[in-house]
Amino acid sequence: MSTVSIPAARERAEERRDLRQWLALRGIDGVTLLLAPAAIFTLALFVYPFLYGLVLSFRPNEGDWLGNYRTFFTDPFLHTTIYKTLWLALPATFINIIASVPVAMRVRLMKRQRLLTTILVVPITLGTVLIAEGLLNYLGPQGWFNRVLMSIGLISSPIRLVHNYWGTLISLIISGFPFTFLLTLSYVTGIDPSLEQAAATLGAKPWERFRHIFLPLLVPGFAITFALTFVQMFSVFPSAVLLGEPAGETRVISIAAYTAAYEQYNDSMAAAIAMIMGAVQLVIVSIVLGLRGAFYRGPANTAKG
Amino acid sequence: MNRDALLSKLWVTAVWGVVTLFVLNLGAMIATVIVNSFGTRWFGTWLPPSFTTHWYTDAWAEFQLGDVLLVTFQIVGLVVLFSGLLGVPAAYALARREFPGKRLILLLFLLPLMVPPITFGIPLASVLYKAGFAGSMSGVVLANLVPTVPFVILVMVPFIEQIDPRVEDAARVFGAGTFKLFTHVLLPLLAPGILAALLLVLVRTIAMFELTFFTAGPSSQTLVVALYYAVYAAGVRAGQSIDAMAVIYMLTTLIWLLVALRFVNPTQIVTRAKRETA
Repeated sequence: MSTVSIPAARERAEERRDLRQWLALRGIDGVTLLLAPAAIFTLALFVYPFLYGLVLSFRPNEGDWLGNYRTFFTDPFLHTTIYKTLWLALPATFINIIASVPVAMRVRLMKRQRLLTTILVVPITLGTVLIAEGLLNYLGPQGWFNRVLMSIGLISSPIRLVHNYWGTLISLIISGFPFTFLLTLSYVTGIDPSLEQAAATLGAKPWERFRHIFLPLLVPGFAITFALTFVQMFSVFPSAVLLGEPAGETRVISIAAYTAAYEQYNDSMAAAIAMIMGAVQLVIVSIVLGLRGAFYRGPANTAKG
Repeated sequence: MNRDALLSKLWVTAVWGVVTLFVLNLGAMIATVIVNSFGTRWFGTWLPPSFTTHWYTDAWAEFQLGDVLLVTFQIVGLVVLFSGLLGVPAAYALARREFPGKRLILLLFLLPLMVPPITFGIPLASVLYKAGFAGSMSGVVLANLVPTVPFVILVMVPFIEQIDPRVEDAARVFGAGTFKLFTHVLLPLLAPGILAALLLVLVRTIAMFELTFFTAGPSSQTLVVALYYAVYAAGVRAGQSIDAMAVIYMLTTLIWLLVALRFVNPTQIVTRAKRETA
């Protein structure tokens, strides 16, 4: 027989019930535990690798703990990759956002948006590798693009658009525009049309309505769109290799990271480059989101009723 | 007044002109791949002089497309299965319970979607190689699950939130156990949402290049990685046979996209969760 007396066992059972009640009141019960597998998975395969990479980057194959970072910022072949990537990513992001706004303002008024949005989803679905292969054919010296320009007399000899900066930039715009546009569209349609109608009733012209009604309400959305688009553009990889000049003007930072990991087998250096890549993205995104704070933030749709 | 009307008409025309140009170029880009894959040889003319289908049989043999397709569907199938198994219960918990630290958990699931795969893929691949997973199918599946599990969660949470919890309470009152509640009440109600989320995962995984590229070994390449290697080594093989492979890749993605679009709004592919618009 156990030595535990019956009242003591009952007390313990009550304590356990109390604890369970206490937890349940805070929203933690069997249902909440359903989160555990996904959370553990994400911790193990996203958070842990990041921390592992961070620690690894401070353990270079040679030199002291900052060795990798010193090499990166002193070797011109490495640190120039930051500027080359920015030089691709920033123009592509700006072009996509600036082109998205007027189009979204028109599409917002359309009854049947689905056809256009479906067409625009196609390049996202196909992915950058296929776009690179398509553009190699299409923009090449014998491709239809150059042929059309030559036959209408705009140019006399084919312009070089592949295996250089322009090919990569164009592929970034093609793969990025649908993403930016659909995000912008979701922000534009989130603005209550009655605000614009009110301004129109008071005599505001289209441009004034855009400038004074839409623009201030859109700025927070722009900041998010910019951040998401930029981060994707900054991690350009397949198109910079296939359509660009991976040893020259489109040697972007992801190529440097890939080379370190899979050609030099220097995991520590690759981790350091990945951390630098993440840091640059974080800096730009923080600047943009910081600027957002300086503008209007609040409801974009009028109150219920 | 007249000038304003003219200006706004010009502006509208310009906007649609740009859209048409974009779509036209996009279509032409895809068309060149298709035309080239059927052309005997194509150089210096508008269209190839004659057409053939032998590049497809060539590509099938040269790139071992049968094996690659089999591997692709196995990987995609496993990714879809596990992201559903991990993601849907977690989404249910997030939709139904308020608890301290919920915002932190949401951030944990948001980050893998915001950070681009290249950035986290390189340290992830190091960890997977160290643990002995990378270079095989299990490594590719694990790496691909990192963004898809949070994706399923973020798509499913608003979907589950809109289901009235009183339906579940009613089932409980009538004596349904947890398992019965799940199979008879929740699953039928959640089925459309789960289907949409998993189809989007499927389309995204077929096209996911970076994570697969970093973790795949020679026998665990998916179609998009095989296509990358083929384009990278262009010149070794005939361009037409690379394009034939590209067409096969396009077909596998677009068929699933068409299926997916029957169940979801195209904007969901981008904005992850359905927004409630006023």
